[in-house]
Amino acid sequence: MAPRAPASLRRRLLIQLIALSAVLAVALYVAVRLGAERASEATLDSILGAATTAIAEELRSVEGGTELDLSPGTFSMLSAVGEERIFHRLDISGVAVTGYADLPLPPRPPSTLEPVFYDAPYRDTDLRLAAVARSLMIENRPAPVLVIMGQTRDGQRAIAQSLANRAAALGLAVFLVAVPLSLLAAGSLMRPIANLAEAVGRRGGHDLRPVRHPAPTELKPLVEQLNAFIARLRQTLAQTETFIAEAAHHIRTPLATLKSEAEMALMQAGDEPTRARLRGMIRATEESARSAGQLLDHATVLFRADQRAQERVDPGAMVAALVERFGPTADLKDMELRLDLPAAPLETLGDAVLIEAAMRNLIDNAVKYSPDDSSVQITLAAEGGFARLDVRDRGRGLGGETQAVLERRFHRGANVAGVVGSGLGLTIVAETAVAMGGRFALTEREGGGTCATLWLPLSG
Amino acid sequence: MRFLLIEDNADLARSIRTRLDLEGHAVDHAASLADAADHLAAAHYDLILLDITLPDGDGRQFLARHRAGHADTPVIVLTARSAVSDRVDTLDLGADDYLTKPFDFAELQARCRAVLRRRGGAASNLQSLGDLTFDPLGGCVTIAGEARDLRNRELRLLEALLSAPGRILSKDQLCDRLFSYSEPVSDNAIEVYVARLRKKIEGGSARIETVRGLGYRLTVG
Repeated sequence: MAPRAPASLRRRLLIQLIALSAVLAVALYVAVRLGAERASEATLDSILGAATTAIAEELRSVEGGTELDLSPGTFSMLSAVGEERIFHRLDISGVAVTGYADLPLPPRPPSTLEPVFYDAPYRDTDLRLAAVARSLMIENRPAPVLVIMGQTRDGQRAIAQSLANRAAALGLAVFLVAVPLSLLAAGSLMRPIANLAEAVGRRGGHDLRPVRHPAPTELKPLVEQLNAFIARLRQTLAQTETFIAEAAHHIRTPLATLKSEAEMALMQAGDEPTRARLRGMIRATEESARSAGQLLDHATVLFRADQRAQERVDPGAMVAALVERFGPTADLKDMELRLDLPAAPLETLGDAVLIEAAMRNLIDNAVKYSPDDSSVQITLAAEGGFARLDVRDRGRGLGGETQAVLERRFHRGANVAGVVGSGLGLTIVAETAVAMGGRFALTEREGGGTCATLWLPLSG
Repeated sequence: MRFLLIEDNADLARSIRTRLDLEGHAVDHAASLADAADHLAAAHYDLILLDITLPDGDGRQFLARHRAGHADTPVIVLTARSAVSDRVDTLDLGADDYLTKPFDFAELQARCRAVLRRRGGAASNLQSLGDLTFDPLGGCVTIAGEARDLRNRELRLLEALLSAPGRILSKDQLCDRLFSYSEPVSDNAIEVYVARLRKKIEGGSARIETVRGLGYRLTVG
């Protein structure tokens, strides 16, 4: 199983912040509710206890029994607490003498005036009860007296509930405020990261300049590593380019000597078999030299396509210079190069070296594959935001092959016998067209030959 | 014409020199940039053939210094590097043309001529036979003072025949001068060009004789 990709940092942070605020809100609710209950219970208990103790203290032994002298203060103390019902029970020597004889007894009987509190169900309600004990001299004998006061707690519960509800509302409010705050916090925390990611993303994979975007301290090591990596890549690429150029030099110089010597030998050789061999040698030399050259060109095109240079290039001036350069070569075959340029100069943005390589390969192909005494028509014109270069020859045409096949590396058409080539020329043109945001098309001409068209985007 | 060849590969230099000598040019060879500076100080040259990779420096630096010193001797760069960027650089630095090694000798010759012609080189080594004159640099042919319009291959055929008047040149020898070794040449290609040339120089005293089974020769008669 593939390791699960970590979810978005922003989402994680947001979820954690929201979960934390939810926990805090719940804790607040619980704390307020418990606190309120305890506080009101403690207050009510102390009142209930005080009343119970007061009643017990007010018991007096009189002739023929006991007398309870209930002061109005005692009950008013209890009634002040709210709409609670009050129950009482008085036991003397274990016998209920007054009040509600069925009022539940305390689980642990009190022994002093210190009240014992307990909860118990009574009839249709739950009661909070307090019990105290004392001893009373009745008929000169000490008799144990137990005073129990019971009080409903409906009002208190209602108050506690309403307090808890308020606490819940407060908790919810805290939570609701926390959500947008979390969003804000997550956003502000993520912004530098997002900015950096966007800055790196915008560069694309072809920009080999170091990342200069300000990074938060935590991300500095990452950016530093990225820059170190980019620098290493640049260096490797530069070394590769130099190496290829050096290698080409070391291959081509001896080849040039070989070819030159073979040409000399051919001039002096008399017998036909020797001459045929020498011609074969010269051809092989040319073939290897051309392959080496085109391989280098191709590597350079790939390397430069990655650099995405943006210089202003006048395609008209460039193609005119190329046509002039190919003049002597075409002349050797008595060929004519005809050039039509637009009245106003055009301007494209791109890598001059790449554009030159593409145009040169197109003209080179046309000259190479055209018969003697033919002419090549080269036309540059503006067409819908593009500079359109047509190179029309009267050569061998496409030989029934498709453009896609001919553009393949090292693939040469089936009809190229007798012409030295590497199979990289059209690959270079096609790759340049893609790198420059243009297009390349090959079509058969009516009456024989090929029309190669290269579109390059015009600037502005 | 006097050429300065700046090339550190001795074998290549020797063979280029031999070929240019055969063309009737005087060629001095410098194997390094220092050597080249000495030669340039001592003599005037019509054309410089410059290698890029030299033992004591980069040919492009030499080119830049050469142009900065307002020296206008045309320069053709012979490069084995052939990096696409090098070609553009080279022309930007003021080279008149460049050739990538290995090159066809015919192409070197054609480019030398094109550069010299462009730079307005004098019609120095005019060749003549009977009432025919030939200026190899300008590619002008006259018969009894009347200009004839010859195409490139016809010119080169005439040049080959003129280089050894009266001597028989085989079809193969002529083929080597006219066609690149890498192009397929049909058997009757030479006959076609000989026929064309004959027509172009008709009416003059020089004519092309066919020596059956051996080849052709240029005679006056």
